[in-house]
Amino acid sequence: MDYQAIMEKYQHVEGGLLEAFHAVQDEINYLPEEAIITAAKIFNMPVKEAYGVATFYSYFSTTPRGKYVIRMCKSAPCHVAGAEAVTQALEKELGIAVGETTKDGKFTLEFTECVGQCQKTPVITINGKPYLGVEPAKVAEILATCK
Amino acid sequence: MAQELRIVLRNVGKINPEQVDDYLKAGGYKSLEKARSMQPIKVIEEVKKSGLRGRGGAGFSTGQKWLFTYTVNSDEKYVVCNCDEGEPGTYKDRIILENDPHTLLEGMAICAYAVGAKKGYVYVRGEYPSLVDLLNKAASQAKAKGLLEDFDLEIRMGAGAYVCGEETALIESLEGHRGEPRVRPPYPPVSGLWQKPTIVNNVETFANIAPIIEKGASWFAGVGAQSFPGTKVLTLTGDIKNKTFIEVPTDTKVREVIYDFGGGMEDSKPFKAVQIGGTSGAFMPESQLDTSIDFDSMRKAGAALGSGAVFVLNTDRDMVDVVNRIAGFFEHESCGKCAPCREGTMRMQEILDKINSGNGTKKDLQTLEKLGRVMSLSCLCGLGQAAPAPTITAMKYFGAEFAAKLR
Repeated sequence: MDYQAIMEKYQHVEGGLLEAFHAVQDEINYLPEEAIITAAKIFNMPVKEAYGVATFYSYFSTTPRGKYVIRMCKSAPCHVAGAEAVTQALEKELGIAVGETTKDGKFTLEFTECVGQCQKTPVITINGKPYLGVEPAKVAEILATCK
Repeated sequence: MAQELRIVLRNVGKINPEQVDDYLKAGGYKSLEKARSMQPIKVIEEVKKSGLRGRGGAGFSTGQKWLFTYTVNSDEKYVVCNCDEGEPGTYKDRIILENDPHTLLEGMAICAYAVGAKKGYVYVRGEYPSLVDLLNKAASQAKAKGLLEDFDLEIRMGAGAYVCGEETALIESLEGHRGEPRVRPPYPPVSGLWQKPTIVNNVETFANIAPIIEKGASWFAGVGAQSFPGTKVLTLTGDIKNKTFIEVPTDTKVREVIYDFGGGMEDSKPFKAVQIGGTSGAFMPESQLDTSIDFDSMRKAGAALGSGAVFVLNTDRDMVDVVNRIAGFFEHESCGKCAPCREGTMRMQEILDKINSGNGTKKDLQTLEKLGRVMSLSCLCGLGQAAPAPTITAMKYFGAEFAAKLR
């Protein structure tokens, strides 16, 4: 992938490193080492600094993730609404533990803190799209919508 | 029964947020026009006189903040909107913007005119990608109509870091760095983004500006509690019947919020505790329900209004388990820059985990209290300072539950 081409449009955007990383992740869902080294050159900073930014934010990942990133909210309002049971259902349905990616590279399951959709808990997001009031029994149905 | 009063949510359900013309028809951008016919200092005086205080949690006088930036001589100044709402149980800024993005742009443009800024940023949390699109659309519509004149506005997206809600961490993030809070002073109104004078206000704060300019400072000062006038948007979660958002005058009592607006307890189970202001807020027992929600009354009660999240728990809930989960939140979200927070949040989680699994001792409770005191006094930013509050207040009011779990 041509990381240079994706990120160089942000070269002259002040503080544009985060925007550049977002642009890379829009393409491949994670930030490979090569992308971080390229970013350091474009933004004229030490690689360690670009790496420091890449690893600070939970939405950036330095390891490959699946096509669909599922985030299970575990903040207090979702916690008391039964987030743990939903997490177990997700793990069982996907055959992976939280933090892992399915072998076919389709799904990654992560924990997240509050995503600001607390009108109906518990909440999961799939590639940023929220699903509200998720019950364990509905998990399979929701996953089936990811083609 | 107490009534809702919609000032910042005045256009919800009444206009199409994707059409600037709808906002204009509802009287939008008239306040900006009015402000521009006034001297900048008069605009600031009006905001100051209104008594408006920041709605992001710190409760600082908005007009005073603007005055700081106004009085600094600088070739460049910035206006930044903090839309990094990450307090668990809070979604008020999303509701405001999803329904009425222009109320924010108008408020920011008025601020920019008043303090002498030409450039603004909206920092939207990474969890709200659709808001980024909506705000970009709104900004380009407003620019196309010439409404913003020479005020240039950029929408930026965060990447999932709660600490970036702290204004200096947010500024670091806007600059493209790790979102670690700065040592203050200097404060942003004097030296902020790229070391230039910078106003950072919350979405809800900016959303109050146009109505204040339109209706006048004394109208606003007469609404709600005297020392913290206006309204507050609250989001109700947990074991409450109506899990919804409301906007109420600031002299509304917590009891009214739960039993009138919230419809009372879900499944009619008895009330146990409420945590207001998000996950960093204090737990309040039944005996404190007649506290008014305004900033000062809450503080006097040892609690905080914070973001306005209202998290209600019934008597079936295990306080130790809930507080343990909350401690896990802070351990995860601590940025690691200062030792009291980096180590403190970790140890707090470790000890609570131990107690929650039945292995705690009396000494652990004493350690928690001491650790909480040290953190609240020595952490660099609000994250670490507030992190112990839920644990310490839960221990204070529901101590028997902790004692029952000890080894």
